Amino acid sequence: MKTTVRMRNFVLLGTVSVLSVFLPGLLIKFSVIDAYTAQIFTLAGINAIMAISVNIICGMTGQLSLGQAGFMAIGAYTCIWFAQVAHFPLPLAVVMGAAFSGIAGFFIGFPTLKLSGDYLAIVTLGFGEILRVIFVNLKGITGGANGKRFTTILAASADIAWIVIIGTLVAVIVFLQNFLRSTYGRAIFSVREDEIASNSNGISVFRYKMAGFVVAAFVAGIAGALYAPFIGFVKPDLSSFNRSVDYLIYVVLGGMGSVTGSVLAAFVLTYLQEFLRFLKEYRLLIYPVILILVMLFRPQGLLGMKEFSFVGAWNRLVSKRSARDAQK
Amino acid sequence: MRKNNDDACKGCRISDVLLDVEGLSIVFGGLRAVSDFSCEIKAGELVGLIGPNGAGKTTVFNMLSGVYSPTSGSICFSDPRGRVHNVHEKKPFQLSKIGIARTFQNIRLFGGLTVEDNVLIAMHAQRAINLLDAIFRTPRFYRDEERLRGKARDLLALFRIESKAQELARNLPYGEQRKLEIVRALATDPRLLLLDEPAAGMNPQETKELMELISFIRRQFNLTILLIEHDMKLVMGICERLIVLDYGRTIASGLPEEIRENPAVIKAYLGEEAMIDA
Amino acid sequence: MESLIIFFQQLINGISLGSIYALIALGYTMVYGIVMLINFAHGDILMIGAYTGFYILRAMGPSPLALALSFIASMIVCAIAGIAIERFAYRPLRSAPRLNSLITAIAVSLIIQNGARVLPFVGPNPRQFPTMPTVNVKFGVFGISNIQIIVILVSIALMLILNYIINWTKTGKAMRAVSFDMRAASLMGISVNRVVAFTFALGSVLAAAGGILFATAYPQIDPTMGAMPGLKAFVAAVLGGIGSVPGAMLGGYILGIAETMTKGFISSQFADAISFGILIVILLVKPTGIMGTKVRVKV
Repeated sequence: MKTTVRMRNFVLLGTVSVLSVFLPGLLIKFSVIDAYTAQIFTLAGINAIMAISVNIICGMTGQLSLGQAGFMAIGAYTCIWFAQVAHFPLPLAVVMGAAFSGIAGFFIGFPTLKLSGDYLAIVTLGFGEILRVIFVNLKGITGGANGKRFTTILAASADIAWIVIIGTLVAVIVFLQNFLRSTYGRAIFSVREDEIASNSNGISVFRYKMAGFVVAAFVAGIAGALYAPFIGFVKPDLSSFNRSVDYLIYVVLGGMGSVTGSVLAAFVLTYLQEFLRFLKEYRLLIYPVILILVMLFRPQGLLGMKEFSFVGAWNRLVSKRSARDAQK
Repeated sequence: MRKNNDDACKGCRISDVLLDVEGLSIVFGGLRAVSDFSCEIKAGELVGLIGPNGAGKTTVFNMLSGVYSPTSGSICFSDPRGRVHNVHEKKPFQLSKIGIARTFQNIRLFGGLTVEDNVLIAMHAQRAINLLDAIFRTPRFYRDEERLRGKARDLLALFRIESKAQELARNLPYGEQRKLEIVRALATDPRLLLLDEPAAGMNPQETKELMELISFIRRQFNLTILLIEHDMKLVMGICERLIVLDYGRTIASGLPEEIRENPAVIKAYLGEEAMIDA
Repeated sequence: MESLIIFFQQLINGISLGSIYALIALGYTMVYGIVMLINFAHGDILMIGAYTGFYILRAMGPSPLALALSFIASMIVCAIAGIAIERFAYRPLRSAPRLNSLITAIAVSLIIQNGARVLPFVGPNPRQFPTMPTVNVKFGVFGISNIQIIVILVSIALMLILNYIINWTKTGKAMRAVSFDMRAASLMGISVNRVVAFTFALGSVLAAAGGILFATAYPQIDPTMGAMPGLKAFVAAVLGGIGSVPGAMLGGYILGIAETMTKGFISSQFADAISFGILIVILLVKPTGIMGTKVRVKV
């Protein structure tokens, strides 16, 4: 790629990223966007990070994990512990939360990744639920079934929360895309396509599956470590199977293998959940019904494996304009 | 594991023996699929492994490429640097890195990825960057991508499928998919190439093209080739020598002309029109 | 001496609980054997069975006649439910990647649970299941209740009937054929769709019975009651070897006893975690289960 094209892409993407983080942040600060709406969309940002975590496992390594919420909970509780007990500054506590989740991902992944699809799904499900039982019983650290309060600046200040969380989301997306559009990403996709062929062509299948699993756990940990200070309250059922299914639904709807799709679906569905509060109990039916409809009628989800590319959109815009100019 | 069992790999220490197989056997459940298979392949040879269906040929390949673990016996391989390895103790991706590449009987391409990506994946082990280069998009990353893509394009061009570089592998016509399998295997910079029925499903014109291609890549890339085939025209046409398997055992080995007349071989293939035609 | 008493008492409890797990595990294992699908919704069939029984027993009062009637009624209702689920949610996805069917199964399970919560005559709140008065039969220091006796006897009877169906009837033979090779079975003239529907029905019938027995033993019912027992029964099926009928029975009893032993000797908090613990151990040590066989992948 020519240097000028590279520079242009960098500036383009950089501008989009900075704008999407700081522009709404300013709008929130000056109450153009009210705090309630801000909170919904910030929560959507956290859900989007979780959706990316599920996407990494499902869409990229082709395995189903029903326990990503468990890693989120590890991130959340670890962050709280480091902030409240070890008195780390909040940013460092968040990093520790994510790190611990990644480490947990390593130890969980190591013995279980050799299992085939169905079994892996059940083991991860079991992991999430066992973790929930553990969290309920570790009353000293987690506050037991009643949960733990964690008041921080993120819970108090809507604009800072948006900037931090959406900023993290953007960073995760950028780094992940860079990773995927490289030889490392290709290696991971090859494992999904055909493990035996991948192995025979020099890819250590186990190592890359592990990498996918650990990175997914780390990302889930980031989400959890941001969730705790933002919401200000963490209960053990954060780790439950039901939560894992919620995040799975974002990925299924958005398209397994499409980061854009997962993020979009997370935002749409999070907003929908809030918007449809008036439906009360019927609200709980919406997610599984969406799931079934997608599975039956459009299993690849909304975007399949396609990604939205800002660079691509820019190119199309520019070529359309120059075509128009040429016609004049 | 750098240490080698001195006795088991003696054959490879003689300079030109590339692959030394001794007493290879594998048992599945109660079935002995391959019994006491032995052979010595010298560098640069083009050897054919033939035999009726179910004789165990692909099973031998699977053991040579690390997909199966033999129940007994040893496989020694001499890599480009002259180091000798116990193949039977290694996994497929390790063997790929020391120079053993293979194609599959039932094509195993990465169907949902592009033709170019299929080749690039095989070159993953040759990358000159690390993870941080990829994540932070350093100049070194772009340079390496260019280098690898260039190499991929050149390989595809040799096989005349470079125009399909951005097509999804599964959308390629059958003959080109088979070619892509071979290109992908070549991209791993192998020393030994195992071709499993490369001409399966090809018409006589395509087969002839393939024969020329195999001879060409053998010279161009300094390869040693072991190939499984049922198409006798191809086998007789390019193989320097043959090993014949039947029911998991070697029943004959030698020059193609000798094998053609060998009564045990004819009996094994009895009823096969192809044998008589060749 | 105290420990020995607890041990034997919990053994009796475990056999009773294990019978229920075995009944449900059978449904999982038969369905998995035939269509290679983990039917997440199976536990919720148990719930449907329990609620059907609930309405009949509430109307007629908890007499043996009412109990028998509730068994029959719930078996019919659940069989229909099982067949319907298979027909509309799973059959369209039979040729799709397994991931899709798994996700659909999860969705069906959630729809049943949340749907039940919304239904006006069900509602999200727990209900009391009408049971006959408990009579404890004592053998010296141990006791076994009449309910436990009913649970064990009914379960064994049903398992014997199932065994007969699978091994001695033509339909059973067809089931076994389809579980070996679906395509070959259909080429032999077996109507695969009918056999699959029958399998689901059979599993659902057992789950219905399991549901009523479970509700009789633990008389609080609510729309999500099937989730945990369902999951544990699945663990039992995996433990015994998924796809193996005797394995499911064996796994059910082992799990039931393990759970009651944990309740007796460690704590009831960890009883749930024990099942998952067993699952993880089994999958790491011998994934094919106690009575399962290894499947080799052809390269």
